[in-house]
Amino acid sequence: MTEQAIKLKVKDLNFYYGNFLALKKVNLDIPAGKVTAFIGPSGCGKSTLLRTFNRMFELYPGMRAEGEILLDNQNILAKSVDVNMLRASVGMVFQKPTPFPMSIYDNITFGVKLYENLSRSEMDDRVEWALRKAALWNEVKDKLKQSGNSLSGGQQQRLCIARGVATRPEVLLLDEPTSALDPISTAHIEELIHELKQDYTIAIVTHNMQQAARVSDYTAYMYLGELMEFGATDDIFTAPKRKETEDYITGKFG
Amino acid sequence: MMTTTLTARSPNTDRTMSAQPSKNSRNNAIYARRRFVNGFNMTASLLAMGFGLFWLAWILYTLLAHGLAGMSMDVFTKITPPPGSAGGLINAIAGSLKMTFFGTLLGTPIGILAGVYLAEFGDRGWLAPATRFINDILLSAPSIVIGLFIYEMYVVTMGHFSGWAGALALSLLVIPVVVRTTENMLRLVPNSLREAAIALGAPQWKVTMYVTLRSAKAGVITGILLAVARISGETAPLLFTALNNQFWSGMNQPMANLPIVIFQFAMSPYEDWHALAWAGALLITLSVLTLNIVARWLGSQKTQSH
Repeated sequence: MTEQAIKLKVKDLNFYYGNFLALKKVNLDIPAGKVTAFIGPSGCGKSTLLRTFNRMFELYPGMRAEGEILLDNQNILAKSVDVNMLRASVGMVFQKPTPFPMSIYDNITFGVKLYENLSRSEMDDRVEWALRKAALWNEVKDKLKQSGNSLSGGQQQRLCIARGVATRPEVLLLDEPTSALDPISTAHIEELIHELKQDYTIAIVTHNMQQAARVSDYTAYMYLGELMEFGATDDIFTAPKRKETEDYITGKFG
Repeated sequence: MMTTTLTARSPNTDRTMSAQPSKNSRNNAIYARRRFVNGFNMTASLLAMGFGLFWLAWILYTLLAHGLAGMSMDVFTKITPPPGSAGGLINAIAGSLKMTFFGTLLGTPIGILAGVYLAEFGDRGWLAPATRFINDILLSAPSIVIGLFIYEMYVVTMGHFSGWAGALALSLLVIPVVVRTTENMLRLVPNSLREAAIALGAPQWKVTMYVTLRSAKAGVITGILLAVARISGETAPLLFTALNNQFWSGMNQPMANLPIVIFQFAMSPYEDWHALAWAGALLITLSVLTLNIVARWLGSQKTQSH
């Protein structure tokens, strides 16, 4: 671990929903250019943790985070950090596909236009690049002007991933990205995660342990707001250090 | 919440039914009772519906019969006549259209902006709940009160009745309808869509303009159409504002409009005025009906796309 470059460093992170302590003293190093999976039973705080990385929790009253999260050694929880700029460099894909009510082309350009001034042809290139990254280009290249809602569920989710990579963030957060998809679309997206990790640091929350084993380099097991165990995925799945992790992975619990 | 408990419960009842087949006579009695209650309620609600429909059909029939009899080319080409001479309703039709147009034009932007505030920005603090409460009062306020208010504020100040005063009164009726529907339609937009746009680093106003409001577009337009339908038949607020005019007039003068012409002509003792009043009533009803049908159609388009 130590020889790895660290992209995100979580230090003593506590998270509160009102008075409820949802994350307890989480310490974690997410390595750059790797896929880190978060597993654990429902309500263990894995999605909550993911949503602190782009400060999504701030949308809702009564939620606050204490501690530090360092993105390239800069504390992103600091008040001075512009939250919109942060979100531009930490992209997120959600559980359900959320195409915007506009054309496929405009879905991709929406995020790009926020922070970049591109010419028409540069923008065309960017759209093609993002759609190729998301393995969707061949399916939609002739209907870029059609509504994003006209695509199938799996295509919509890949459109959302394309939208997420189009702004060229440094970190990509995936919150159960395949839980609403059929196995074939899931396979597509898992392949995609393999492709993407060459350029991005990826954090993925999943309920599917096989998926975590398939796609990730590192795995974090969380339970009741605590980080129980974190390590290389191979180690976690073959030789977990803690009894609780083993019970969860082998299905005795959760 | 209600639906989840209901759906969650129904498999349970099914299971108890199949676990204890109806050999038991007590179960049969319960079933017979349920069938009776079901039949009774069904009959009662059908009768209630028939009762309501009967009057509605009668009203529409009377309106059609008299209205069609009063309809002629003159209605659309000539201005309101003195008793006993030929004439039409064109100045009243034009007046109604103009005041409805300007009323909608004034009220819609305010209504949409306020609705957006309530749905998108009003989660914290006291201002939004207070605004919502006041808007609800405005929504159910008798329209004559709105008319009197504009009379005091505008007509008395200006010293004369006018088309503008009428449009102003109508716009006050448009605002609460548009506020309410805009807020409701925006609340139907799933939060995940907002989050997705925010997660790209988009500022709130861009999320609202390009994502949230755009996905609620059909619903918001439906709300505007329903507001237009509501004001196009309003009489009371125009009585103290636009008043009436026997001739063509500009927006700054007292202005003829269908509801008040109908009121004036129907109250008169003259047969030819009665016929024109019926024709006007039919016109208003048909336009409101059309607006409602278009609004419904738009609404159904929206649900299909989701």
